Amino acid sequence: MRIKSSEITPEHVYISRRKFMKGLGISAASALLLAACGPQQSSAPASSSSQATAGPTAPTASAAPATAGPVAGAAVQANAGATSAPATASPKKVEVPGEPLTSFEDVTNFNNFYEFTTNKEGVARLAKDFKAAPWTVAVGGMVSKPMTFGIEDLVKKFAQEERVYRMRCVEGWSMVIPWLGFPLAALLKEVEPLSGAKYVRFETVLDPMQMPGQRDKMYPWPYIEGLRLDEAMNDLTILSTGLYGKSLLPQNGAPLRLVVPWKYGFKSVKSIVKIDLVDKEPKSLWMALSPDEYGFYANVNPEVSHPRWSQASERRIGETARRRTLPFNGYAEQVAQLYTGMDLRKNY
Amino acid sequence: MSVARTSRGAQAEARNNSRVRVRPAPRRREQIAQVIVHLLALTPLALLVLDGLRDNLTANPIQTITFRTGKFALALLVLSLACTPLNTVFGVRTALKWRRPLGLYAFMYAALHFLTFTVLDYGLDPVLLREAIFEKRYALVGFTAFLLLVPLAITSTRGWMKRLGKRWKRLHQLAYIAGLLVIVHYVWLVKADRREPLLWGAAIAILLAIRLPPVRRAVVKLRGRALARLEAN
Repeated sequence: MRIKSSEITPEHVYISRRKFMKGLGISAASALLLAACGPQQSSAPASSSSQATAGPTAPTASAAPATAGPVAGAAVQANAGATSAPATASPKKVEVPGEPLTSFEDVTNFNNFYEFTTNKEGVARLAKDFKAAPWTVAVGGMVSKPMTFGIEDLVKKFAQEERVYRMRCVEGWSMVIPWLGFPLAALLKEVEPLSGAKYVRFETVLDPMQMPGQRDKMYPWPYIEGLRLDEAMNDLTILSTGLYGKSLLPQNGAPLRLVVPWKYGFKSVKSIVKIDLVDKEPKSLWMALSPDEYGFYANVNPEVSHPRWSQASERRIGETARRRTLPFNGYAEQVAQLYTGMDLRKNY
Repeated sequence: MSVARTSRGAQAEARNNSRVRVRPAPRRREQIAQVIVHLLALTPLALLVLDGLRDNLTANPIQTITFRTGKFALALLVLSLACTPLNTVFGVRTALKWRRPLGLYAFMYAALHFLTFTVLDYGLDPVLLREAIFEKRYALVGFTAFLLLVPLAITSTRGWMKRLGKRWKRLHQLAYIAGLLVIVHYVWLVKADRREPLLWGAAIAILLAIRLPPVRRAVVKLRGRALARLEAN
């Protein structure tokens, strides 16, 4: 059963308050008001000022929920602009109606990161002393200008934006997370992919000394993931360096991870050391382990069932009742065109 | 109060006088063992409730409750299946009396597991439940195992034992099939690492193998010889 955005209850209206206000044409006025009552002035991080204009939607976006739907989980969330509270407090102000942010506590203590342990509650403790600095990321393969970046260069070079995204795990639970990061496209443009490059391959650090889970030979470490080049270039796809206005903690994939919000969480590879442009579809770790369960695409799709977990519904962490899972995790309008003509049942 | 104590003390004295051994009488030891069995079986439930009250069930509490009740159900089912071999191999006759409570506790945890899944997790949503139970092979075998345990729990009373006579034993051998189905349920449930469910499976396989007549006879013979050697020494 397909759920149209128009059939979704107001709780599932994915539109940020700011965009809503813009739609009503009162943003200028309210910004003044906010400035007047804001506890602090211009204390928001540099990132937030750049993103107020960076959204994929024009300021004139309709305020009607049914049509504005996909802005959802809202690609670029204005960080309440430069006039609001400091960074640490601001994420609370950009909640999507009906979809509150998952608490920082839960986001940082309930993690699937098998490099440490398969116990979600145990990752944070085991990852506590993980050294995420110094850290370099080698970007190469089929590119004109292969480069190696220090993590601090990436943070400086690319404007950091806050993006509030839904994260849907293939196991049937989900979160709403305010990420900090920058579009992967910006980095890829920098290295100039060659015309033969069709895919991007990501590799997590291999460090069994620091990552006890990697001593388990059951899994073919290191963790590999991949995207098709057009997926990688989509504006929703970001490399994240932080969340909740802070640098990433090790359990969330410090210092650099991928976030692809319309795909199951396992595609969003953590603690990246290597990014290669390639001409063949990369084989991910999960594809190698269970090819009939995990495909290359792994798009969130309530209609493609999984042998174990319900993909028709999900539990939002912190909530009791299940939510219906949306096609492409609610980002269909931004990404569905990437898959025109493809059988998504076969390309799961 | 004091009268009662005196009389009880007198009874105990009389007992001690009448028997040479200072150890509690066999009957008493059996009762203590029974109490321990009940306490052991109820401890996981108490811990679960305690963790629930202290909001200590992870960020995904419903799933945690599902996992924990499922694990306890499996553990108790294995323990109840271990009673007969305990008697066959080690001659622990009292273990036979633990079968019924252990089996019933296994059923209790399985019922909690099932209710957590259907009510807490899926809110009895018919569409989602149909998909979750009937379109997922792991859920279907788990559900079947649970259904098999229902008649066993109902007919666990002495009255039903009498009423069913010889058929009672046959009926209760369904527990073996339930045990195997639960292992399949678990194997199909895990992501890639099948080591833990296979370990439980190995335990059940051994416990069932000991019941096979030729194996049982061999075990009994071995035990007889071992006992004879012990006595000879």
